[in-house]
Amino acid sequence: MKIDLTDTTASKINKALVQGRRAIGTPAVGMVLTMVIVTDEENAYDAIKAAEEASHEHPSRTLVVIKRHARTPRDRQSSRLDAEVRVGADAGTGETVILRTYGEVSDHADSVVLPLLLPDAPVVVWWPVDAPEVPSKDPLGALAQRRITDLYAVENPLETLQTRVRSYAPGDTDLAWTRLTPWRSMLAAALDQARARIVSAAVEAEAENPAAELLARWLEARLHVRVDRVVTAGPVVTAVRLGTENGEIVIDRPEGPLATLTLPGQPSRTLALKVRATSELIAEELRRLDADEMYAIALNGAATEETPAHV
Amino acid sequence: MSEGIEGIPQTAEQETKGTKEDKEARAAQEAAGVEQTGVSGTAEAAPSVDRADTDTDTDFVNPLRDPQDRRLPRIAGPSGLVIFGVTGDLSRKKLMPAVYDLANRGLLPPGFSLVGFARRDWEDQDFAQVVHDAVREHARTPFREEVWQQLAEGMRFIPGDFDDDTAFKQLRSAVEELDASRGTSGNYAFYLSVPPKFFPKVVQQLKKHKLASAPEGSWRRAVIEKPFGHDLRSAEELNRIVIWNRSFVDHVQITMAEDIGIGGRAGYYDGIGAARDVIQNHLLQLMALTAMEEPAAFDAASLLTEKLKVLKAVRLPQDLGQGTVRGQYAAAWQGGTKVRGYLEEDGIDQSSTTDTYAAVRLQVDNRRWAGVPFYLRTGKRLGRRVTEIAVVFQRAPHSPFDSTATEELGSNAIVIRVQPDEGMTVRFGSKVPGTSMEIRDVTMDFAYGESFTESSPEAYERLILDVLLGDANLFPRHQEVEESWKILDPIEQYWAMHGRPAQYASGSWGPEEADEMLARDGRSWRRP
Repeated sequence: MKIDLTDTTASKINKALVQGRRAIGTPAVGMVLTMVIVTDEENAYDAIKAAEEASHEHPSRTLVVIKRHARTPRDRQSSRLDAEVRVGADAGTGETVILRTYGEVSDHADSVVLPLLLPDAPVVVWWPVDAPEVPSKDPLGALAQRRITDLYAVENPLETLQTRVRSYAPGDTDLAWTRLTPWRSMLAAALDQARARIVSAAVEAEAENPAAELLARWLEARLHVRVDRVVTAGPVVTAVRLGTENGEIVIDRPEGPLATLTLPGQPSRTLALKVRATSELIAEELRRLDADEMYAIALNGAATEETPAHV
Repeated sequence: MSEGIEGIPQTAEQETKGTKEDKEARAAQEAAGVEQTGVSGTAEAAPSVDRADTDTDTDFVNPLRDPQDRRLPRIAGPSGLVIFGVTGDLSRKKLMPAVYDLANRGLLPPGFSLVGFARRDWEDQDFAQVVHDAVREHARTPFREEVWQQLAEGMRFIPGDFDDDTAFKQLRSAVEELDASRGTSGNYAFYLSVPPKFFPKVVQQLKKHKLASAPEGSWRRAVIEKPFGHDLRSAEELNRIVIWNRSFVDHVQITMAEDIGIGGRAGYYDGIGAARDVIQNHLLQLMALTAMEEPAAFDAASLLTEKLKVLKAVRLPQDLGQGTVRGQYAAAWQGGTKVRGYLEEDGIDQSSTTDTYAAVRLQVDNRRWAGVPFYLRTGKRLGRRVTEIAVVFQRAPHSPFDSTATEELGSNAIVIRVQPDEGMTVRFGSKVPGTSMEIRDVTMDFAYGESFTESSPEAYERLILDVLLGDANLFPRHQEVEESWKILDPIEQYWAMHGRPAQYASGSWGPEEADEMLARDGRSWRRP
């Protein structure tokens, strides 16, 4: 069910949530976290859809903050908060509140979000677009255990990547990194099998791909070799080559979801390496809510200080 | 350890337990020296596995793995799975979909191969088609063509009987061919999804054709289908709570109830009965997990140590006639259907004394649990299908309240639901809203399905992954099985000498004698 509230406040929204829950007959809540999505009107639909799909795995309260731009000076004078409360079948397995802020309240969105957070439960903030320069210093970002940005949604990904290196705080994470998990787990599994020292490495990808850059930095940090960046036509990451003394370990994905794995002295095999939907990426992000130390290591790449192999 | 499936000595005592199937399983075990546990049981729980080694050569440290990097899943090493009886129901409805789901979640190694063995005149493609259909119909995760392709390349089918030497020769060459073409590195798990009477035959054949012994640096594991279901996590976490002892707990009830009858399994079930089928392995395992001390680690060895201590401390009731009950279901209406009694089932002798219901009262003689009875019950054709552990606390002293205020108040309890609908319920007293003072029982419920929808994998997925990873946490070992038999044997012997099973109406919660048994202790069974 949906409840529309115009020119409202956080406490009225809270009442509407309780009212909605009572109306659908499930006053008990099993929600495990609060997800705050900060976006513009254009990207809101896709982001909400992804969050609702992910909520099948992680029942959550989703708060969508949409800052509306006022077009006239008169509009800029007035400050208003509109809300749309969705519970039950309209909101995945949790509750969704879409908050539209006009005028001055846009600069104080955290004051609206704070009273709407679930008690005690962890908070995750996701910026599908327009992430702040320093996510952990953002008023909304400061409320969260985990801050999700996306390097795929910026103009100059490699430049922004450098900003992220500088602004990193524990709890930061990026969907460009999440997208790499299948690649990384297959590479680790391949090395489990090859059991050989790596002497050279190369990542092949489309130009300016931030995930490929992170993958290369991760390999540099872990393998202590220089990783060549090879530009191909894409899409995204197309191949990774790890050189050993007996030959190359290659995962090659020229196009589509099927990749080929080649190990020295072994027949090549087919692997499924799909490009995953945003909802799957978000679901993976929500599985762990503590700091992702390996992301920090990948951001810094070869500059990472030596960490012990076994902790 | 490269010697493959390794043996354990058999004791003469184990041999005496034997009912028919039991002996066959034991014979199989002796034939191959496969480590082996318990007796087979009911249809829907997860099976137990027998395994015999741990992984080897640890010199190589994979620099791409790091304990901090928790996104990377534990992928099984290069390996293959051989399923005997691959055309059976279990294989089509559970095993094949589980293999696909694991592949879809990216948990199977590149080059993973699946070999089917059955008496069908099939080519590899026919087999792949059967798996394809089974996966489409029963898999938990969505069907994806690329995952299917990755799996399909490694599928082989061997037609033949279990005493057909040619077929086993073919199997051997198929395994060798897969090592060469798919890089399975000689690591194979053999899943015996066949009736227990074929265990010895298959295992002998595996041995004869050198399939049971692994080449240097690789492993061979055998899985024998013996249903077994439990939930480890919840039981263990509770162990740390300080109320988990005799000062607070009044008694514990462990229930595994089925709503189905024996169906077409007369030949298997008659002569075995509920106590051997369920109490000996499932319920005693649940009891051990509930009562054990906190293990030093969640590895197989530490768990075994703690569970064994509990099982060895179990004391039977002095008067077995008063402390145990057995029953047989009688014809009645159950959940809207008229059902037959046990003695009227096809293939059951009119004079059968096999128990379809069994309840026992056990004590655990250690500091934590002395004086706290553990009531274990199981049965077929009971009210509904449920497996749960209920820890019932002592009644609180209610001096501030007069007796009318606490009339409706029972004992506080923690109930761990193992299946279906896994979760936990806490029952406690609460004041009824209003001006009058009245305390009533209310419950607080946590269901896994509510807080973690969709993420709980099928039992068989976990099983197959654990077999391929060589992780034996969830499987009972032979020492535990021996201890369990030591507990159950005297009861079975007593039953063989005294009386007959009581009749209970199908769809009820068991015979009146069971209620009387608890009533004598001033307690009553929970209605699950």
